[in-house]
Amino acid sequence: MSSATSVTDGADTAAVRQAIATTARPPRPGPLSAALTFGWRGMLKVKHVPEQLLDVTVTPVMFLLMFTYLFGGAIAGSTSAYLDYTLPGLLVMSVLFTTVYSGISLNTDLTKGVVDRFRSLPIWRPAPLLGSLLGDSVRYVIAGTVIIVVGVALGYRPDAGVVGALGALAMVVVFSFGLSWVFSVLGLLLRSPNAVMNAGFMGIFPLTFLSNVFVDPATLPGPLQAFVDVNPVSILATACRSLMDGTPDGEAITVSLLVAAGLAAIFLPITTRLYRSR
Amino acid sequence: MTTHAPLAIEATGLEKSFGDTHAVAGVDLAVPEGSIYGVLGPNGAGKTTVIRMLATLIPPDGGTARVLGHDIRTEGDAVRSLVSLTGQLASVDEDLTGRENLILLGRLLGLSRSASRTRADELLEAFGISEAAARLVKHYSGGMRRRLDIAASIVVTPRLMFLDEPTTGLDPRSRGQVWEIARALQAGGTTILLCTQYLEEADQLADGIAVIDRGRVIAEGTPGQLKASVGTGGLKVRLLDAGQRAEAAGILERAVGAVVLDADPAALSVSSADAARAADGVSALARAGLGIAEFSLGQPSLDEVFLALTGHLAEASDPTLEEQSS
Repeated sequence: MSSATSVTDGADTAAVRQAIATTARPPRPGPLSAALTFGWRGMLKVKHVPEQLLDVTVTPVMFLLMFTYLFGGAIAGSTSAYLDYTLPGLLVMSVLFTTVYSGISLNTDLTKGVVDRFRSLPIWRPAPLLGSLLGDSVRYVIAGTVIIVVGVALGYRPDAGVVGALGALAMVVVFSFGLSWVFSVLGLLLRSPNAVMNAGFMGIFPLTFLSNVFVDPATLPGPLQAFVDVNPVSILATACRSLMDGTPDGEAITVSLLVAAGLAAIFLPITTRLYRSR
Repeated sequence: MTTHAPLAIEATGLEKSFGDTHAVAGVDLAVPEGSIYGVLGPNGAGKTTVIRMLATLIPPDGGTARVLGHDIRTEGDAVRSLVSLTGQLASVDEDLTGRENLILLGRLLGLSRSASRTRADELLEAFGISEAAARLVKHYSGGMRRRLDIAASIVVTPRLMFLDEPTTGLDPRSRGQVWEIARALQAGGTTILLCTQYLEEADQLADGIAVIDRGRVIAEGTPGQLKASVGTGGLKVRLLDAGQRAEAAGILERAVGAVVLDADPAALSVSSADAARAADGVSALARAGLGIAEFSLGQPSLDEVFLALTGHLAEASDPTLEEQSS
């Protein structure tokens, strides 16, 4: 074994010379092809670093169990009634938490040398960002699916069936496309992945809790209720709830999509600019 | 240098500041095509910043540069399609396998799916990484990671390659391998801009050297010219007993020539090109009964080059600089 490794360990100069001599430069890839390649990279990361996925799914599952069985009876009279109310909201929470990781993984890239390599390639410059969004969307779908599956296992049955659940999942994933650019900007501005995580959750936690995800806002004091009503997370949760119940709330769906589009319109250009200049 | 080869890099008055620090304060470079050109300097001298400007990663604040005939400010895409970069931090994705890294770059450079796979396997084989091809790069040794990094830079053979401190932190054997690869690249026609803080490395590889300090080029020439300008190197002696250094200095002064007392309290050196006289010095010390821990005869170190050129030692001029530039 040791003699075998000593032969193969290290570069073979003759082979290196030959490898250098054999390539002609291919035409540069198109924007879509480059972005898809980065999407493939994102998927590979999901495959190789599944812990990351674990982080983002464990917390919502924990909340699902805790709220349903600890507070469910007290809040809604029975655990099954509460599960009916809160599951669409937990779906929202679970996927929104995952968006923070878009910023964290971007920041992780920057602290390594690999981004320099990407930026020195002759490719369409936003390709790495759009591509990682593709990889992220896989993560969003997985995080959302986990919550729905656990919910169903606990007895949750969406009135609109599979179609309703898929609709709600699609809704929240599309919203996350918009929101993730906010965290990408954080990822480009802050010093370390940890700082991104802290800042990200500092924002997303209160937004999720001060919403209608866990409780009916009708019971809240006036000023808080006013905030909860305009909180985009509430509106998104309402939209998802309506889709899963089979009674689509056109206004909530439209507003959610507009908010997502607005976030992307503001933060996507900032992201590309920062990425180019860092 | 008196060469008429076309220039791969032609930079005039490059400048870059980060806040109040002038990381690069007017650098001129003329790198002939097909050469290995060394940029030699301590940490924080501005080497990495120069590379990042030439590779179009950051725009210069002042000055102009053409890389393989293309302006780095206005023809960034053309520059990027002809160069590749091997950064100080290994520029590979730690969370992917070695093979995936190479396939990824193949695809990004426009190779077809099957061509990138073939190319990846060919390079893994040539660089001795086949056995670790399916392992995540974060589990690679420093030498393997560096080889993968260089392999990633030649997925499509570049006309110009930036090698930024390619052997920092490597063991001597891996270092030798990286040098071999650099020579093979040059033999294949690739121009290399090599940034290094090791005089030995520049001496081994480079056809021409620019010594850079505090963002400026302070000397330029072939390795031979540079060393000649510094002196010839000489004899270094380290005594067993630091208390005998004054006595030893007297003996060497008489036998060889002017003695320099090093920072190390037991060490002293004397510059001399003449091996026989240096040997006389050593035997004079031995005859006087002074215990010698070690002695060596050799080229001037980077410290001596810097001392001669700048009057200060090759310490990091500002350790925060290189970090700020990344």
